[in-house]
Amino acid sequence: MEIFILLLALFVLSLFLGVELIVKVPPTLHTPLMSGTNAVSGITLVGALLAAGSDSSPMLVNFLGFLAVTFATINVVGGYLVTNRMLAMFKRK
Amino acid sequence: MSSTTVNLIYLIAGILFILGIKGLTKPATAVRGNMFSAIGMLLAVTVTLLDSQIVNFAYILAGVLIGGIVGAVMALRIQMTSMPQMVALLNGFGGGASLTIALAEYFSVLGVDATSLSELLVPVVLGSGAFGIAEEGTVALTSIGLTVLIGAVTLIGSLVAFAKLQGLIKKSYGLPGGPIGNGLLLLSALVALGCLISNPGQAVTILTLVAFALLLGLFLVLPIGGADMPVVIALLNSYSGLAAALAGFILGNTVLIVAGSLVGTSGLILTKIMCVAMNRSLANVLFGKMAAGGESVDADEIYAGKVTSAQPDEVAVMLEMAKRVVIVPGYGMAMAQAQHAVRELADAMDSRGIEVEYGIHPVAGRMPGHMNVLLAEAEVPYDKLVEMDRINPTFEDTDVVIVIGANDVTNPMARESEGSPIYGMPILNVDKAKHVVVIKRSLSPGFAGLPNPLFAMDHTLMVYGDGKKAVIEMTTALNQV
Repeated sequence: MEIFILLLALFVLSLFLGVELIVKVPPTLHTPLMSGTNAVSGITLVGALLAAGSDSSPMLVNFLGFLAVTFATINVVGGYLVTNRMLAMFKRK
Repeated sequence: MSSTTVNLIYLIAGILFILGIKGLTKPATAVRGNMFSAIGMLLAVTVTLLDSQIVNFAYILAGVLIGGIVGAVMALRIQMTSMPQMVALLNGFGGGASLTIALAEYFSVLGVDATSLSELLVPVVLGSGAFGIAEEGTVALTSIGLTVLIGAVTLIGSLVAFAKLQGLIKKSYGLPGGPIGNGLLLLSALVALGCLISNPGQAVTILTLVAFALLLGLFLVLPIGGADMPVVIALLNSYSGLAAALAGFILGNTVLIVAGSLVGTSGLILTKIMCVAMNRSLANVLFGKMAAGGESVDADEIYAGKVTSAQPDEVAVMLEMAKRVVIVPGYGMAMAQAQHAVRELADAMDSRGIEVEYGIHPVAGRMPGHMNVLLAEAEVPYDKLVEMDRINPTFEDTDVVIVIGANDVTNPMARESEGSPIYGMPILNVDKAKHVVVIKRSLSPGFAGLPNPLFAMDHTLMVYGDGKKAVIEMTTALNQV
């Protein structure tokens, strides 16, 4: 239970930090912000790897893990690449 | 590698994500920020792969290969006009990843190796504390259930949003009772969640939860369309982050919680900005129709005999004499792929010493910042893109405003006509300029279904036709003057 409370504290503080950070992002970058945060939410890949790669668990778990790895990798690769593509266009000529 | 080292590296990854978003606060530092964020991701993933729990690399390799190829192809081939569809899909996959992780975690504790649905539904007798002792078990199961709920809603909702943006679903369908129907679905899902917590050995509870959540996601987004899409996309973006943070609670993983909550707040703040820009509450966007106008407005009465149309070359003559011109783009510019043509017109004016700026309404287009990305693609410098609050005071000193593919966000009824459905919505006050040129196919109403008195004003000229063609003709004519 102590661990849960610690995680909860981390969660709540991160929410506050998120608000402070995001309100400073100018409207002109709102689309790259969304695709960039899509990439960040691909961090679920970390959890997906553990599910897909565990050995002791039944096949069903590995299969669900495989789906999770696929989804999360699309987000990571697609998110960062498309954000980079967009941001490169915002560079002053 | 010890769990201390792993967690320290997760901390570094978290810091890099934060620096990444901080970089996005200025266009000049944004590329670097994105790079920081990507390095953080690489660190977190690498350190996880070194974890001794991972012994089976076949599934991982397959998933990374498929996901990597699909992601890269999408990212490199998508057109900038279709960026809302891309983000909708990424939101959905984010939700899908969290959903499948939660299900995997649940079934790994259950330990059934089922090859068919009926085998899966056989109740399993679990030892007490299989998910954790006493309240720890409740916390774990609640995290699993909520991740499943939000993940499934995000997955299906985003796929529907994608289909709507892509034009695959054109009509809007809602449940009978609107919010009540959705409320009942949510309630049913929560009951299933309760059953899961009290009876974790019964896989049927979590599958029921998945089913209700999928239905909820479906009927949440099906009734919403058109100009309300920016709100939906931002909200689903927030959900995908929230689901990732909840998955962090399941796994006790700090970097998931930090990253997920950053994404969650980002989506939520964008949702709020979009709602404020439409002067509507989130509940109204999700469940309400645009309020039926108190007094019905007759389009014919407003337009009859008062609309003046012009040819592109007449507009060019007008532009030639202008000192300051503001271009107001809307979704129609994206539809017509006219962003490059618009920039060429701006260049032609610029070379004649005419000051040109772009006025961007927050909800122009189909997602937050949609117009900015399109114009950036056409190599318009970003400091020429001016937000609503800063451009509005300048309209009185503007000689010509060119409205291309925007409608409701320029409708003076929002300012003047109390009782109108859009009354109170902040608009671009283009009617304050000396002359207004509206490029549009016809006088058909925008998403709000209202006639726009701007079109009938004395100082407004309508240029009918395809946006791209009309702009190119203006440029040609201007270069010949």
